[in-house]
Amino acid sequence: MSNISDLGIAGIRDGLTGGDFTAREVAETFIGRVSAAKPLNAFLVETPDHALAAADVADKAIAAGETLGKMVGVPIGMKDLFCTEGVETTAASGILEGFTPQYESTVSANLFKAGAGMLGKLNMDQFAMGSSNETSAFGNVISPWRRNDGGNTDLAPGGSSGGSAAVVSGRIAPAATGTDTGGSIRQPAAFVGITGFKPTYGRCSRWGTIAFASSLDQAGPMAQDVRDCAIMLEAMAGFDPKDSTSLELPVPDWEAALNSNLAGKKIGIPKEYRVDNMPAEIDALWEQGIAWLKDAGATIVDVSLPHTKYALPAYYIIAPAEASSNLARYDGVRYGSRDLPDGAGLQDMYAATREAGFGAEVKRRIMIGTYVLSAGYYDAYYTQAQKVRTLISQDFEKAWNSCDLLLTPTAPSAAFGLGEKADDPLAMYLNDVFTVPSSLAGLPAMSVPTGLDGQGLPLGLQIIGKALDEQNVFNAGLALEERAGFVAKPEQWW
Amino acid sequence: MTESTYRIQGATGEWEVVIGLEVHAQVTSNAKLFSGASTEFGAEPNTQVSLVDAAMPGMLPVPNKECVRQAVRTGLAINAQINKYSRFDRKNYFYADLPQGYQISQLYHPIVGEGEVQISLDEKDPDAHGKAIGIERIHIEQDAGKLMHDQHPTMSYVDLNRCGVALMEIVSRPDMTSPKEAGAYVKKLRSILRYVGSCDGNMEQGSMRADVNVSVRKPGEELGIRTETKNVNSVRFVQQVIEYEAQRQVDVLESGGEIVQETRLFDPDKGETRSMRSKEDAHDYRYFPDPDLLPLELEDDFIFDCKASLPELPDEKRARYKNVLGLSAYNAAVLTAEHETALWFEKLLDTSNEPEKIASSAANWMTSELFGALNKMGLTITESPVTPEQAAELLGLVADGTISGKIAKQVFEIMLETGDGAAKIVEEKGLKQESDTGAIEKVIAEVMQANADKVEEYRGGKDKLFGFFVGQTMKAMQGKANPQVVNELLKKTLDN
Repeated sequence: MSNISDLGIAGIRDGLTGGDFTAREVAETFIGRVSAAKPLNAFLVETPDHALAAADVADKAIAAGETLGKMVGVPIGMKDLFCTEGVETTAASGILEGFTPQYESTVSANLFKAGAGMLGKLNMDQFAMGSSNETSAFGNVISPWRRNDGGNTDLAPGGSSGGSAAVVSGRIAPAATGTDTGGSIRQPAAFVGITGFKPTYGRCSRWGTIAFASSLDQAGPMAQDVRDCAIMLEAMAGFDPKDSTSLELPVPDWEAALNSNLAGKKIGIPKEYRVDNMPAEIDALWEQGIAWLKDAGATIVDVSLPHTKYALPAYYIIAPAEASSNLARYDGVRYGSRDLPDGAGLQDMYAATREAGFGAEVKRRIMIGTYVLSAGYYDAYYTQAQKVRTLISQDFEKAWNSCDLLLTPTAPSAAFGLGEKADDPLAMYLNDVFTVPSSLAGLPAMSVPTGLDGQGLPLGLQIIGKALDEQNVFNAGLALEERAGFVAKPEQWW
Repeated sequence: MTESTYRIQGATGEWEVVIGLEVHAQVTSNAKLFSGASTEFGAEPNTQVSLVDAAMPGMLPVPNKECVRQAVRTGLAINAQINKYSRFDRKNYFYADLPQGYQISQLYHPIVGEGEVQISLDEKDPDAHGKAIGIERIHIEQDAGKLMHDQHPTMSYVDLNRCGVALMEIVSRPDMTSPKEAGAYVKKLRSILRYVGSCDGNMEQGSMRADVNVSVRKPGEELGIRTETKNVNSVRFVQQVIEYEAQRQVDVLESGGEIVQETRLFDPDKGETRSMRSKEDAHDYRYFPDPDLLPLELEDDFIFDCKASLPELPDEKRARYKNVLGLSAYNAAVLTAEHETALWFEKLLDTSNEPEKIASSAANWMTSELFGALNKMGLTITESPVTPEQAAELLGLVADGTISGKIAKQVFEIMLETGDGAAKIVEEKGLKQESDTGAIEKVIAEVMQANADKVEEYRGGKDKLFGFFVGQTMKAMQGKANPQVVNELLKKTLDN
């Protein structure tokens, strides 16, 4: 038997039901991993008691021969964007410091109902705005990965779900929740060599998840492999009457229908995703991915998504516009931090609170969003961006006439060093160039780790599917996974 | 209606006033527009606040279907276009009574489009002086909370009970030209809302309030620049605002000044309006579609059901009372102005197999006797101590000749005091009218005998004495004789 800490969701499930170990042993193992991982700064709050309590419940259920939940006995990491009852939740922002929700987000509640325990709340980019984890108010997460140059440059785990990526790749948690607005699950998954899945918009309830950009935000699993992602998404997803944009559809049994035989499937290769200055290694990996999918029985077709180049600018109008309004509630009146200078009036309190509480990237996006919605600019920016969004969705619709799935790289580069892009927001925004279009269209997409670059850092490929067709995304991901045989993991230096 | 004659007499001649109203009506619903919190008036501060209303992180709005239904019913009641596709937009601004930092409203695609409200300036004969006031739109939106500045020496408190309560904003065209028309419009709108049951119309409690847009111009000229006076909460104040604003604007213009497009506040104590903020300081609300909410798409069946659920509305009812029940224009107008009054009247009619026969006398009795009594006691029709069934019993006794109209007034007073039924009172107090000709003839004979001289005078041509004999006969019978029979018999006996 392998080490418990190397196991993922399915491995833990099989070990528990096979009597190889108890849920308590699993929880204790990972709690130990968590406390040893402080140098990574991945956790904002540790909740060992929660994990242990869930484990004890799991052990009892197993002993009693009860029907077990999909996540029984699996201790997970929880991105700090999910409100957790009685556990401080800040979205890694100073403005929510000290905020302890009296309610449980639907996604975390679903996971707990399925038997999962929680190891702690995971660090992230502040309000999920960032691609490197450097916008956290509580210090950046450091990736468990190091370049193979013998140096010890700290690398970015990607973002915004950087804490989630770090703990899964560092075998500190068997799985973690993520959220994806423009690539926040897929890009960090690619950076650290794990699997990350963003479902169709509306599959997972947004209730109790701190909003960044409501029309784009989707929760999803980050785990070691495709099967684990399928199991975990089944537990997370489902209709929620408390979220008007939640899909009123049953949750399929994706795990049971996993099938890597792609005979009869057509995979589209969008030519617009061949961008300038993309590392040759990523190009080569993409070609390799095409070969693997052919090997799995799929037919490869070239497709065009002509409006792709407008996706990033449209995204950086729509997402900040929604964020500027969503973040208006953080005003120092009812919860979180408040800055009340002597003799201050209401407006002064707002200004002081928000000046002190929000980080620079959050302020930048609030200002962009406020600008694009303001009188005289609304049509030129916001309305125009919405039109682009429609065109991008139509691009995908047309592509589905000739293919079932798309294969692209997940990110235009491997992980970069912390601080390398921090001063150049535009360079940072380019990280999302391959993930943003499917977010704008609300489509399911996943990143699968498929190789290492010359520096020994992971690279991922992305599968994009039709709305609600998570199954075929999982299946194609599995076909890649089986052929890539990606087993690399970071060496423990922390 | 003839052209409005309301004019401001200025130094440079006559000025015309142009008025448009935005009425905010609180939707009758147990729960708020986007949360399950209660909407009951008068609860302790912050006891009716859900996580959504307090804008806790991650909270999402879910539309309350009942509020949507009420808005659609209201639209149908003013013959308005119902928009099968509408959408919610966010109106962004910071204020302590607005936890989300935005109000969810409908700017771009309101749920109800063009309609109209028929008003009248003549209560006695509404049809003769009617005028249609155009409605531009009705949209639904969230109310804000309430700030309390008198609870702490240096801080303000916030009560979020009202925050998130559903409002309908009913926007009129600038079709009104006098304070009286504006008053009639608000009253009529209130009446319709109460008939529909979509708003209780309670202006004192703030369930209905108006933003009053006023401009002035020389007759026939282009529209002038308008001001908007916010949150006016009675018909009288609406009229005062218009009078004050129109005069103020004329004064400004005639002294060479310009009207500034601005938001103003009304001070009911001084009867004045004063500037709140000018257009230059106006907020940029950065409206955009609320990404937390899907567009509202209404099915035909839903609209059909809304239509089917509407009661008979005041204008239809008034026409029916006049044309089918044969009521006077005045009675028809008075009895239909308030839904409760009409319902009371109809309950009374329901006691009869032939309602048309008793309608007129019942209407007359209600508008004179009942309203007079309620007025004196300071009660509304729903608080009337006498039920429609009891009233029917009383009117029935008059109709079948058991008591006279005069005795009926007496009986009604006793009914109000004791709550007893009319028949019981008549029986116990012996107020039954005497219609037996034998008994009356006997008394007449006695009266004539006792007043032989007067009989001579009458027969000699002094017709006026007839009333004297009636009075004497009635007096002798303690007022219980059937006056009609007394009249007939006296005439027969005296004229012989």
